Amino acid sequence: MIRNGPRLRPGAGSSGRASSRKTSMNLSDPASFTIATARSALDRRELSATELTRAVLDRVARIEPTLHALLAVTESRALADAAAADARLGRGESGALLGIPVVLKDIFATRGIPTTCASRILEGFVPPYDSDAAERLARAGSVLIGKANLDEFAMGSSNENSAYGITRNPWDPERVPGGSSGGSAAAVAAGECLASLGTDTGGSIRLPASYCGLVGLKPTYGRVSRYGVIAYASSLDQVGPFAWTVADVAAVLGVIAGHDPRDSTSVPRPVPDYGAALTGDVRGLRIGIPREYFADGIAPDVERATRDAIGVLEGSGARIVEIGLPHTEYAIATYYLVATAEASSNLARYDGVRFGLRRASAGDSLVDMYRHTRDAGFGAEVKRRILLGTYALSAGYYDAYYLKALQVRTLIRRDFLQAFEHCDVIAAPTAPTTAFRLGEKVSDPLAMYLSDIFTTSVNLAGLPGLSVPCGFDRDGLPIGLQLIAPAFAEETALRVGDAYQRATQWHLRRPAESTGNAPGTTA
Amino acid sequence: MSSSNEESITFEYGDWEPVIGLEVHAQLLTESKLFCGCSASFGAGANAHTCPVCMGMPGVLPVLNRRALEYAIKTALATGCEIPPRARWARKNYFYPDLPKGYQISMYEEPLAVGGGVDIDTPDGLKRVTLTRIHMEEDAGKSIHDAHDEHSLVDLNRAGVPLMEIVSEPEIGSPVEASAYLRSLRAVLQFLAVCDGNMEEGSMRCDANVSVRRRGTTKLGTRTEIKNMNSFRNVERAIDFEIRRQIDVIETGGTIVQETRLWDADRGVTASMRSKEHAHDYRYFPEPDLQPLIVDRAWIEELRRGLPELPRQRCARFVTEYQLPQYDAEVLTARRDLAEYFEAAVAQHRNPKAISNWVMGDILRLVRERKLDDALVIEDWPVRPQALAALIALIDDETISGKIAKTVFDEMVASGDEPAVIVERKGLKQVTDTGAITAAIDDVLERHPDKVAEFRGGKDKLLGFFVGQIMKATGGKANPQAVNDILRAKLAG
Amino acid sequence: MPVSLKDVDHIALLARLGLTDGERAALRDDLESILGYIGKLETLDTTGIEATAHVIDLETPLRDDVVRNPEDADAMVGNAPDRDRTYLRVPKIIE
Repeated sequence: MIRNGPRLRPGAGSSGRASSRKTSMNLSDPASFTIATARSALDRRELSATELTRAVLDRVARIEPTLHALLAVTESRALADAAAADARLGRGESGALLGIPVVLKDIFATRGIPTTCASRILEGFVPPYDSDAAERLARAGSVLIGKANLDEFAMGSSNENSAYGITRNPWDPERVPGGSSGGSAAAVAAGECLASLGTDTGGSIRLPASYCGLVGLKPTYGRVSRYGVIAYASSLDQVGPFAWTVADVAAVLGVIAGHDPRDSTSVPRPVPDYGAALTGDVRGLRIGIPREYFADGIAPDVERATRDAIGVLEGSGARIVEIGLPHTEYAIATYYLVATAEASSNLARYDGVRFGLRRASAGDSLVDMYRHTRDAGFGAEVKRRILLGTYALSAGYYDAYYLKALQVRTLIRRDFLQAFEHCDVIAAPTAPTTAFRLGEKVSDPLAMYLSDIFTTSVNLAGLPGLSVPCGFDRDGLPIGLQLIAPAFAEETALRVGDAYQRATQWHLRRPAESTGNAPGTTA
Repeated sequence: MSSSNEESITFEYGDWEPVIGLEVHAQLLTESKLFCGCSASFGAGANAHTCPVCMGMPGVLPVLNRRALEYAIKTALATGCEIPPRARWARKNYFYPDLPKGYQISMYEEPLAVGGGVDIDTPDGLKRVTLTRIHMEEDAGKSIHDAHDEHSLVDLNRAGVPLMEIVSEPEIGSPVEASAYLRSLRAVLQFLAVCDGNMEEGSMRCDANVSVRRRGTTKLGTRTEIKNMNSFRNVERAIDFEIRRQIDVIETGGTIVQETRLWDADRGVTASMRSKEHAHDYRYFPEPDLQPLIVDRAWIEELRRGLPELPRQRCARFVTEYQLPQYDAEVLTARRDLAEYFEAAVAQHRNPKAISNWVMGDILRLVRERKLDDALVIEDWPVRPQALAALIALIDDETISGKIAKTVFDEMVASGDEPAVIVERKGLKQVTDTGAITAAIDDVLERHPDKVAEFRGGKDKLLGFFVGQIMKATGGKANPQAVNDILRAKLAG
Repeated sequence: MPVSLKDVDHIALLARLGLTDGERAALRDDLESILGYIGKLETLDTTGIEATAHVIDLETPLRDDVVRNPEDADAMVGNAPDRDRTYLRVPKIIE
């Protein structure tokens, strides 16, 4: 039985379950679909995958010129995928993602489809292999609409570091969608697909999910294969989905999670039925509130919305406990040392020898060729991080920077282990503010880094983190609630997030471009 | 080993004492590469044995080859190393076109194995050279520099081939000890069948750290690293040159610079590598794509129980079981193929000393001439051990003489036929019929009455003359013992 | 933590990054500011704390030693910016 929690939030509507006032699925507005609603329409043959795909492609054609969420639209592939899905549906098959239009961040290698990581240095690179996640999505019968824009090599929090142009936030075109998976988030929010995949190294799924009013999940490190995912920081990177609802995110996770023998950090652990975890029941569940996450610097609207959301969960029967994560203030510094050190090594392969860009003039020595290629191929932020990481690993600085960061990483991890002795899940804001203005932080790298202040700890500890829409600020911009669970306890975070969505209606709002209404108005 | 000592120059450095440590890179005899499924074999077209992983394409990941790990563990066990509970992969970062990822996956602070040692024979007796460490790493590709003026070409077939690096303590005291160490280590690797030990082809490579100090002092001098020595002989020559160069520098008031020097075998000198690359800073750090290596202890014990007999054990057994001289046993066990060949022959015909003589003589000569060294496949040798045993059996049962046997052997090499077939075909069977021998003797004595008189007059040396004449008359086929006996009786009569 | 232009040049060479003069100066300032922020780690006493390089407890998976060459070896060099037959071509390497 579906259990609706008490509705305490003023924003919560009259009905718990996704539907009510904005229900009629409308092909002229693909954002009106969730995977769940499309699934039932497809399975009942009220809608074909091809119709849905064409609707999505129409939307793409209309709004891409201003939105620029995608670096490539794979139209013919999408129509072929849709036709194949319709054939399977016609045989009575079903499946979580069969016939569902999806988008991949352009960090996932796709066989035969250019993969750039939003970098000039991968210009023209066509991988002869698929990433595991791309393979699983294809096997599941999903429809690939395109490759999403991102911050170059996933380095950034705003999508402004793409070598191929910025992506706008569907809720306010003067704002950033967040990063680094900004294109993946914007694509869902604007109705260019029903779900998308991103990667999260320091918050790169949760931050854009929060800024774009979506659900975004960073699974436990090792839960989803990294094979074929262009590495930024290998010990932190993890693949995860974006969608409108927790139920949709659970459906995608069920498809992409699982052991991959090609990734030595992929965990051979059975994949639970995530959908079955969505019981709507959070009674007696202990929700930890970390006092360090409500410190200075958090926007008042964000703090209010987060506290209200916690109140909703308490009203649903969860127990609220205050906890401490004392090393939180060191997370950003630790993250930037660990991530950039690994990145400096991961990005050494872009050398103009085997693939991608080469810049060399006649008479260039080998070292000249390397330096010209990498100078021309990498953007400013990538260079900044390569330099920082090289510095942190170099002779004389290793102990003071890199090793020190690994030790602090241990302390941050222990904070969580200790906290989870007192609670089942941690609730906190995803980001200290809502989406900032384009250009606002471009010239101040450190200010940009601090956008990730509530997300990086989770990566350092390898834990799952879910961002769920929990309200809007005075400018009508979405706010995200972050739910952090112990390793491999995605089910707990999903159950809480789903219970919250049953009790509220934030996830039913759509941005103006998709609804024809002004930004922030309820559909 | 004694055999190598014979081939070596004697090195003397007066008041100076060399201090040498060796780093050996051994290519493991796996079918596939260390971290991907590409073939590890040589000889394919350029870049034919590559895939996204060993090409260093974006997003792909390494997965460890079980057999490579097994071979490294076996080596560690055979050399008495300790295998710590945890080893850790590390990235060694540097840019080079034949290094696809811009880093080499290796081990650094936490190697696979530590301690242990390799035994060598020295004029002062047995010496154990301690091993600092054994670790695993991937090989780089191959760069070809001489095909164009403006360009170099890169072939990544070798990139990712599994290597084991075996590092000794600086406990080696001379160029001879260095080559003895390498031979001893190579024998261990061959007996384990983990590496073919072919230095010329680069499946076993050696770098030497060399320094010198005044005899009687303990402080180590500044060392140089010598690379590019592709034979035992070159290792000795290169180290000898470097020792003399360092002594000369110091004695003329100079100082040794810590650097890498390349051995130039043609010119017989080491030369500083003045690379355009600036001082290396490899920025090692733990490889995030590979979990720490925690080897199952039960598997280690299983591998320990399954270790084959090692060269020194086999040498000792050859002395006791076959009553071979120590020298023979050492030569035969310096290489796995020789030892196996010997035992296969002995199993067929139990005359160990005779077989040992043939193996150390004609067989070894043949193997060297035909460059069958290191193939480790004795079945491919032109004379199979069973055939050699059959030949020696023919000598021992007096079907042929030892002299005729050399002829038969050459024919075996040429035709590949069994010795008995050759003896039959060529009519080389020894004449043991006393009637025929007596007739031949009578004939010779009749034709040389003067010599018979001289002999009887006390000129004993003429016996050899008569034997020679008789053998000539019988085409060498007369049984020498029978000739001797009958001849003496006739001359006495 | 002061960072000199010489430091920037040194690490830029290690990382094989070519930088314009403008980039050098800007990156020097950025690095100095970021390292200044990172300096807060110094205030933490981490004596005796183990380093965390991997967050999950998992043994090294092992692969059977089976040859699996790619179906299309030509595709492996198909992305190369400069080739000579199936060799990759680079500016002359000078030892």
